[in-house]
Amino acid sequence: MTTPIANSRRNFLVASTALGGGFMLGVHFPLLAQAADAAAPEVTHWIVIQPDETVIIRIARSELGQGSFTGLAMLVAEELECDWDKVTPEYADVNEHVRRNRIFGAMTTGGSRAIRDSQKYLREAGAAAREMLLTAAAKDWGVPASELTVSKGVITHAATGRSTTYGKVAPLATALEAPKEPRLKDPKDWKLIGTSPPRIDIPDKTTGKQIYAADVSLPGMVHASIVQCPVFGGKLESYDKTKIEGMRGVKSVVAAEDWVAVVADNWWRANEALKALPVEWDVGNNGEVTSESIRAFLRTGIDATDVPVARKEGDTTAAFASADKVIEAEYSAPFLNHATLEPQTATAVFQADRVEVWVGTQNGEASIAAASEASGLPLDKVFLHKMHAGGAFGRRSAFNEFVKQAIKIAQTMPGTPVRLQWSREEDMVQGRYRPTSLVKLRGALDKDGNWIGWHVRQSEPSIAAAVLTQFLKDGIDQIGTRVFIDSPYGVPNYTLEYAMRNTHVLLGPWRAVAHTHNPYFRESFIDELALAAGKDSYQFRRAMLEKKPKDLAVLDAVAKAVGWDTAAPAGVFRGIAVADSYGSYSAAVVELSVKDGTEIEVKRVIVALDPGYIVHPDAVKAQIESGVVWALSSAMLEEITIDKGRVVQTNFSDYPVLTLRHTPKTEAILMPSGGFWGGVGEPPMAAVLPALGNAIFAATGKRVRSLPLKNAGFSYA
Amino acid sequence: MIQFTVNGRDVSVDVEPEMPLLWVLRDELGLTGTKYGCGIALCGACTVHMDGAAMRTCVLPVSAVAGKKITTIEGLSKDGTHPVQKAWVQLQVPQCGYCQSGQIMAAAALLASNRKPDDEIIETTMSNICRCGTYVRIRDAVKLAATLK
Repeated sequence: MTTPIANSRRNFLVASTALGGGFMLGVHFPLLAQAADAAAPEVTHWIVIQPDETVIIRIARSELGQGSFTGLAMLVAEELECDWDKVTPEYADVNEHVRRNRIFGAMTTGGSRAIRDSQKYLREAGAAAREMLLTAAAKDWGVPASELTVSKGVITHAATGRSTTYGKVAPLATALEAPKEPRLKDPKDWKLIGTSPPRIDIPDKTTGKQIYAADVSLPGMVHASIVQCPVFGGKLESYDKTKIEGMRGVKSVVAAEDWVAVVADNWWRANEALKALPVEWDVGNNGEVTSESIRAFLRTGIDATDVPVARKEGDTTAAFASADKVIEAEYSAPFLNHATLEPQTATAVFQADRVEVWVGTQNGEASIAAASEASGLPLDKVFLHKMHAGGAFGRRSAFNEFVKQAIKIAQTMPGTPVRLQWSREEDMVQGRYRPTSLVKLRGALDKDGNWIGWHVRQSEPSIAAAVLTQFLKDGIDQIGTRVFIDSPYGVPNYTLEYAMRNTHVLLGPWRAVAHTHNPYFRESFIDELALAAGKDSYQFRRAMLEKKPKDLAVLDAVAKAVGWDTAAPAGVFRGIAVADSYGSYSAAVVELSVKDGTEIEVKRVIVALDPGYIVHPDAVKAQIESGVVWALSSAMLEEITIDKGRVVQTNFSDYPVLTLRHTPKTEAILMPSGGFWGGVGEPPMAAVLPALGNAIFAATGKRVRSLPLKNAGFSYA
Repeated sequence: MIQFTVNGRDVSVDVEPEMPLLWVLRDELGLTGTKYGCGIALCGACTVHMDGAAMRTCVLPVSAVAGKKITTIEGLSKDGTHPVQKAWVQLQVPQCGYCQSGQIMAAAALLASNRKPDDEIIETTMSNICRCGTYVRIRDAVKLAATLK
């Protein structure tokens, strides 16, 4: 057995021996940086220009399908003025990152941040490199750099008729110092940003060539399947490996504090043996927890008399005392799983002085840290291959338990690559779930139907306490309260209270995090208020958003697109909602019809989005289409329930998700208003959930206050 | 030994007859374009063609494949130019891409049996799960592929 050998700076070839037909497959992996990296001909650490004019642009964020490999490279290329057709993005190496003092900045890919948090330094990198390349050519020719022009990587000096290329002058440019404050283009001069070149990652995703972590194939590799204690926090008590001894292909059983894995020569054999392995768990103190007991626990947060106040404006008590009408409602939402289509997977090779890991991750730094912790090796001895993720949605952000597990298994067989893949069943019951939530809302209307008071009490497990403690302030979850704590509505008297009720169920940021259930709660309740006030739900919102022109603009855009002021076609009903999030502004209208009182046919969804600037309009459109599917899927179908302390659902059979059959026509209204950079991956879905609920109310008179809608008897026709 | 053809080549494998074809393809033959998603034939990520028809392979015992012609995503075309692949690129269908081998194989089998499928047939046939939600584009790309050579 030999370990993978680098045969060039960033590529190595792996030949997998094959049975049967005798195929030999060559698989290229993006490679970890070796020590030789320091000698790479970098113009800046983001940009390497090769003699054949190839422009390598390093990508620190992750390609999750949202198009970051294309969009981030475009930000650099826009300022660099290189030939876009010569651009090759590659992952910024995580090992190099830690060895070079975190040179690639933030590597996290979450919170719809990839573009908005990278755009400035990436454009500056492109601009700096352009200046350096021009300076190099100018020095070479003995002319002022100001007399040079560049287009598509070709530098020209008009006065003398000379020209050269980036590939030729790059070696000279690398010796120059990068300008400290490179001049950036005025957005009106952008040529590439705002266009939609074909996404670079797509062709390989249509031919089977794209290698995900699940597809990593290394000489001598073994496969592992794992089972973890089904009750979170429980421990492994015992297992009986004699029951699987002699099963074909099985190599070993590896156990840890709260899991046990079977290693075999192929994954199916490993998983079959795992299913046959008798395992006993010490489930700890949570073996009797149920969804009902959790609901009762959340109820204590609603009933408690003294909980932290997250936002307070005016005099809410007085407003309610003077109210003509008081509307009160409770809303709730379940735990949800990401259910990435590629179950959690990591491959690891451990040796005494190094560990190498292949993983689809949203956070290379978190993965390398986890690998370091699990292996006991320092960070610079961990070599991490970031692979495009087979779905992420927050599941592969802070969590790297699969990385640690793969390494722990690999440590029992140094030098042998171990591919750990969770079964779908394991992925379903060992998620990091979107928190369940119970919210009580009260609204006060005056005699003219004006919304004068608002009281909101949230009771839920805290995502910040579980994962992102920097967002915990005075007992208030600054993420879980979003949509309420930053509500744009101009209600003069408003009190928001937050009762943290943590359970043993593991939590994680599920795409859009609080902007999934909270917009449903808020925007459904606002429709309840509008109804009580005898006002149109669109106009009722407009009046309360007077001072929020950007929210108003997207709201107006969807209303105009659907023709809100004119009647819907016979039998068609509409719902509208607005929700800003992740620095962007979004609104949605849903049109639907209902058969037999319960079968919903969504006919049309319109989403307007203002993210400030748009780099790649077609990728933004794709995120809107995707967000609509996530909204319709989670609103109607998805629910994780708990019984005996464990997740009940095990696969797509009992955790159904939306399919093509129920996906409606989606219309995206892109309205970048400029001057700011907002997110795109999460914002589009927020307003769709309540727009759906509001349309269902318009059609049926039934206000569903507890998600998912299927529990109220609804289904998609 | 169980014998069948994969992408035009004869193969024989010495494995348990009940091993699903998916794992023979992936772990024995090294053809990883076909994906594992659910293991219960629900998500369709493991779709290949068996004698030209779409088959979900995660529950298909390899013994049932003896003597059959299997085509995987790697063998759909030499260079990614099957009309379905071209349509998928033209309409920029994939996001994460993990389900797309299965989607493309399902679409190619559909078009082989029905040159001009309408929305109803596309919606009942294309039941593969795409967690990223590329369904709008899949629907359009199937129709576009029907017009391409």
